[in-house]
Amino acid sequence: MSSLADREPAAPVVEPAPAVQSPWRRFAADFAESRLALFGLALLVSLLMVAILAPVISPQNPYDLAQLDVMDSKLPPGEHSSTTNKPYWLGTDDQGRDMLSGIFYGLRISLAVGIASTACALAIGLLLGLAAAYFGGWLDTLVMRLADIQLSFPAILIALILLAVLGQGIDKIIIALVTVQWAYYARTVRSAALVERQKEYIEAARGLGLSRARIVVRHLLPNCLPPLIVVATVQVAHAIALEATLSFLGLGLPITEPSLGLLIANGFQYLLSGKYWISFYPGLALLLTIVAINLVADQLRDVLNPRLRR
Amino acid sequence: MLAFALRRLGQSLLVLVLMSLLVFLGVYAIGNPIDLLVNPQADDVERARATVALGLDQPILAQYVTFLKRAASGDLGRSFVYNIPAIQLILERLPATLELAFSATFLAVLVGIPLGLLAGLKPESFIGRSIMAGSILGFSLPTFWVGLVLIMVFSVQLGWLPPNGRGETVLLFGVPVSFLTRDGLAHLAMPAANLALFKLALMIRLTRAGTREAMLQDYVKFARAKGLASRRVIGVHVLKNILIPIVTVIGLELGSVIAFAIVTESIFAWPGTGKLLIDSINQLDRPVIVAYLMVIVAIFVTINFVVDVLYSLLDPRVRLGGAAATA
Amino acid sequence: MTAVLDVEGLRMHFFTKAGVVRAVDDVSFRVERRGILGLVGESGSGKSMTGYSIMGLVDPPGRIVGGRILLNGRDLASLEPEAWRRLRGDRIAMIFQDPMMTLNPVLRIDTQMVEAVLAHHDVSRDSALARCREALAQVGIASPDERLRAYPHQFSGGMRQRVAIAIAIVNKPDLIIADEPTTALDVTIQGQILFEMQKLCRESGTALLWITHDLSVIAGLADHVCVMYAGRIVESGSVDEVLDRPRHPYTRGLIESVPSRNEPGRPLPQLAGMTPSLLALGASCAFRERCSRALEACAEAPVAEWSGERSLRCRNPLP
Repeated sequence: MSSLADREPAAPVVEPAPAVQSPWRRFAADFAESRLALFGLALLVSLLMVAILAPVISPQNPYDLAQLDVMDSKLPPGEHSSTTNKPYWLGTDDQGRDMLSGIFYGLRISLAVGIASTACALAIGLLLGLAAAYFGGWLDTLVMRLADIQLSFPAILIALILLAVLGQGIDKIIIALVTVQWAYYARTVRSAALVERQKEYIEAARGLGLSRARIVVRHLLPNCLPPLIVVATVQVAHAIALEATLSFLGLGLPITEPSLGLLIANGFQYLLSGKYWISFYPGLALLLTIVAINLVADQLRDVLNPRLRR
Repeated sequence: MLAFALRRLGQSLLVLVLMSLLVFLGVYAIGNPIDLLVNPQADDVERARATVALGLDQPILAQYVTFLKRAASGDLGRSFVYNIPAIQLILERLPATLELAFSATFLAVLVGIPLGLLAGLKPESFIGRSIMAGSILGFSLPTFWVGLVLIMVFSVQLGWLPPNGRGETVLLFGVPVSFLTRDGLAHLAMPAANLALFKLALMIRLTRAGTREAMLQDYVKFARAKGLASRRVIGVHVLKNILIPIVTVIGLELGSVIAFAIVTESIFAWPGTGKLLIDSINQLDRPVIVAYLMVIVAIFVTINFVVDVLYSLLDPRVRLGGAAATA
Repeated sequence: MTAVLDVEGLRMHFFTKAGVVRAVDDVSFRVERRGILGLVGESGSGKSMTGYSIMGLVDPPGRIVGGRILLNGRDLASLEPEAWRRLRGDRIAMIFQDPMMTLNPVLRIDTQMVEAVLAHHDVSRDSALARCREALAQVGIASPDERLRAYPHQFSGGMRQRVAIAIAIVNKPDLIIADEPTTALDVTIQGQILFEMQKLCRESGTALLWITHDLSVIAGLADHVCVMYAGRIVESGSVDEVLDRPRHPYTRGLIESVPSRNEPGRPLPQLAGMTPSLLALGASCAFRERCSRALEACAEAPVAEWSGERSLRCRNPLP
């Protein structure tokens, strides 16, 4: 009896090679699977456009005192200006500023601060995290202990104290936000890098005699990016919310550059007398921004999660 | 078990000391401590007197030791604004904050866990998806804006609930609490709901994730193979497993709730430590800020310690360790 | 003797986004009282799914789409879920592969055993506990009271599996389905558990359906065997007959690849190719690509042919 192993299978199966799709297109296709995420993305892009184009599309420059008319203060939405007869779509605040314009400019500042602080925190966290993972030893322990201690305290508390010590100003807010956020990135990068470091392709790279720096930048880094992108996106929303909260409490940006938080704070005192629009609409804008970012971030997390890869 | 508890206690004390050092350095070493500790309106004679009285002419190390000694005995300076010991001010306001924080946590757990369980058991259903969408909304909404809307709707438009302040209090074990009176509850309702919102969303997401994971485990299959009713499989087998990590999260988040209360207290003019902190920052009443920091750090460290011990008690695998294997 | 379990033409499919997976495709067999039936196949052959189907533990997107499962004459597949639940754990019990995860790590052993009794019988907790002690004694666990108050992680793998078996027998079921219960254990423990289970079943008259990929286990344990491939039973019959004179090429391949049947030093015979994806099954015989005896006629899937107790699904069987 001939052994089964000697015999070739009866009908060899030949499959056509699958069409090669660029990873970007696959990513876009995966992302687009969620309609909610697409909606979030569309919303986000619109808000970004509004923020960038604020000076162009605002009916009024709310910081140009010459354009303000105190007689128009506290008008409800839909009322018209007593002088120019232009409509105030969302009403005016106590200084006669057009709410819509205020929101556009406020959105600009909120987004700018949020994105800038996230970018800085990302850079710092990335550096420290990679260094900690690659060099290990005392550097690793130091960085991680620091991150742990910081993360065990609520962000708002740390930010409050920092601002109490540093004072007001857009740079101080960014410092506070960066301080609060860097630890997330450092920790994420470090775990991802540690996992990658064990993998074979790093061994191979070292075997080839590549310099440490090159290994870190060209090899470790690209593989740590997916979780980092997810964290960064969510953190932008957190940063924006935190800045708004701090401004609302009176500790954030100075009154000359009001972000959405400050606008909301401004209108708070008029809430009880029924002039809700001064606080409500900036709040709505803030809400939409954060929701949009969270929707996008959620889908990004699902798409970039290697464990869910089909 | 005892060794574990002692080790954690030691670590907690270490963190406490470390934080005290940071606070000390922040206040006494950076900038001119005189400005921080003496009433800005004091004249030169006052300042000179205060310098000696506060020991600010001593070397830094001696000052730190004095600071520690004073802190240990509860003396953290006097408030500029109220002219009473800062610690007393903090402790007077603490019950209000704790009441708010606990109410909010209680609400978040009471509503969040069942909703999360439901969402985890039926993830593809309409109700499951709605709950998840709601939870995204829940933690996207900025707390302070929600507070505003709540006031708008329930106080201004409907006139059902008072917009600020704390209600009538009664003494419970010597501590004034307001949730036992009707008026107190009316005042507590909105701030607690506001503060609970974020945690609620977190609870829902956590419980849902835990439930989904638990349902895939073999012990669920085995429980069903035994012919147990669904109610028991979910209510006993699944719930007990997911509650362990959830309880630890609740504990750890308690500290964050106390911190977030700062915002809620500002909106609703709730007379707690958070509002005190904001006012003190704005009024430059620095001893109060220092006292607040120290108290908060102490609370956090205690919470972390309690949670650690609690976790080891709840999870039998940690509590009893891997016992000897007997075939 | 009437059959305890009589499966007729069972079909269970998974309706996934990628297509329909025919996990269990026209499966038929019987298990008599005191009988031990081995269900053998590679992973992905559908053997575990058959077990789950009989227990009624198939979750969406899976569904039983045809056939009958007669337990003492009653068709389980046609029962209401609640009625099926009442039989599960009481008249049929199942033991799973990994004892580490089948026992709930945060509940005590007595809780997990007593609830199995109380779910089906309206008795006091004490009398339920007494039954549990009896069951533990039957699986060879001495000093049961200590064990009952313990947690699963405090036991070794072998002990945990014994507890699982005790839970399975505590209500004196008519049929026990064992899904690879010894695979995750040490070889020495394996032998013990096999022996004990065999003894238990013979003594109490419980029928046993033993699911495994390991032919050598079946050889020593079962009376009858069914060989599964890609969701179908390709050959079945008494253990002696099938193992001595296999007629399906796949069965022969399985037998030949058992290490203990081969001479040391010589290359181990293997079955060429891989198990087909259950999504891509066409109209042909599922084994065709790997079969050295494949004919043109094999493009059409063969039907199961019975002669006495033996069944065979092949167009070009071995003589």
